[in-house]
Amino acid sequence: MSDAGFDAAIVTERPRIDRLDPRTRVLASFAVVVALVATRSPLVLAGALGVLVCAAAVSGHSARALLHRLAHVEGFLVVLLVLLPLTVPGPAIAALGPVAISEPGLVRAGTLFLRVNGAALAVFTLLGGLEPIRFGHALARLGLPEKLVHLLLFTARWVSEIGEEARRLHEALRARAFRPTTSRHGLRTLAHVAGRLVVAAIERAERVDEAMRCRAFAGRFALVDRNRFGAIDLVFAAGLTIGLTLLLATDRWT
Amino acid sequence: MAHIPDGVLSAPVLIGGAALAATGLALGLARLDERDIPKTAILAAVFFVVSLFAVPVGPSSVHLLLGGLIGIVLGVRAFPAIFVGLLLQAVLFGFGGLTSLGVDVVDMAAPGVIFAALARPILERAAPATAGAVAALVGAFSVAGTAAAMATALALSAADYLPSLKIVVLTQAPLALVEAVITGFVVAYLARVKPEALGRLPTAEAAS
Repeated sequence: MSDAGFDAAIVTERPRIDRLDPRTRVLASFAVVVALVATRSPLVLAGALGVLVCAAAVSGHSARALLHRLAHVEGFLVVLLVLLPLTVPGPAIAALGPVAISEPGLVRAGTLFLRVNGAALAVFTLLGGLEPIRFGHALARLGLPEKLVHLLLFTARWVSEIGEEARRLHEALRARAFRPTTSRHGLRTLAHVAGRLVVAAIERAERVDEAMRCRAFAGRFALVDRNRFGAIDLVFAAGLTIGLTLLLATDRWT
Repeated sequence: MAHIPDGVLSAPVLIGGAALAATGLALGLARLDERDIPKTAILAAVFFVVSLFAVPVGPSSVHLLLGGLIGIVLGVRAFPAIFVGLLLQAVLFGFGGLTSLGVDVVDMAAPGVIFAALARPILERAAPATAGAVAALVGAFSVAGTAAAMATALALSAADYLPSLKIVVLTQAPLALVEAVITGFVVAYLARVKPEALGRLPTAEAAS
């Protein structure tokens, strides 16, 4: 069990980007990711990645947070990045004993690396640090089904509480000198922690449901949101549209 | 590992995954009564938190997927719960992606929902130990199903990924074992401590 994770979800204040309507941020991040997925040329992708790194820095993220975020992405990619140059057929540019590094494979791996990191950066720049409540409200106003939004708001609300509960149980285990190991005892203990969390969650849900009913909850939240689509959003959206059009145009015509 | 990031899959696979996920979400939301929202949300939060546990496997460690357990406890409502969990993970932690969300939701939710539905008659009646043993199978099959679905999504996207997939799928074998043991123990525990958590499933609920 690790303690990491719960605190990583802290909401960070980022004055520059927080002036945008969260809806703009959601749509913009989606647009950038789609544009990157549609871009084929590695050179254009490298340029886009450069712009995105600058944007991430300007938007108020620390370099440490950026590297931390990208390190997660690399975890998924590492197998593909290592194997693509070795397995894609094509002319070899270098050989290490029996294995040859093929040029098309290297290009494929490079493109993949640039595209995936660019997309991760875009999401991080635009949505990182966004309060889950504002995020949920933005999604509701973008037309996501209300039940799904309620589910999201409730879940976001309880992740930290359940995290606290998990930490308490973890402390209790440590106080009894428990060390997680791959043994029957170790796994069963972890399973009982998970089971205890499920039981506590169901009991908590029953209390919450009753409390909400007492306060005349009729299955609908009033989604109050003071964010407005303003001049800043318009300028940002226009700039982004021009930027993405340029990106795709350079990609197709070069 | 069940989080395919943005930029890896091809457009047709992304669109197909999104369509399948939308179907699952529609089914799940239809079953999601307003009264169920707090319970489903709190359980989604539990699975979110538990999937952050690092469970030791020899010198290394794995993160649980819990697809089987979620399917057992939530039934088809696993789709909205997992959707919400993955969306929050993508935005808060950067696991997974936005365009790949549909594929990721299907990979994670569908195997658990299907295998749990098959095992439901036994899980609802059997003694705790038997229910645990069956749940262990559900857990293992769900991990295998998730790995197979991910591999399919990647293979359909580009033939170049095929050699890597063998390695990726093989790395899921220890996870399937750990997940089986954990799911089995959790379900045996729930059968003893909170039987409603297993019996209070959509079908049983409709009957009562």
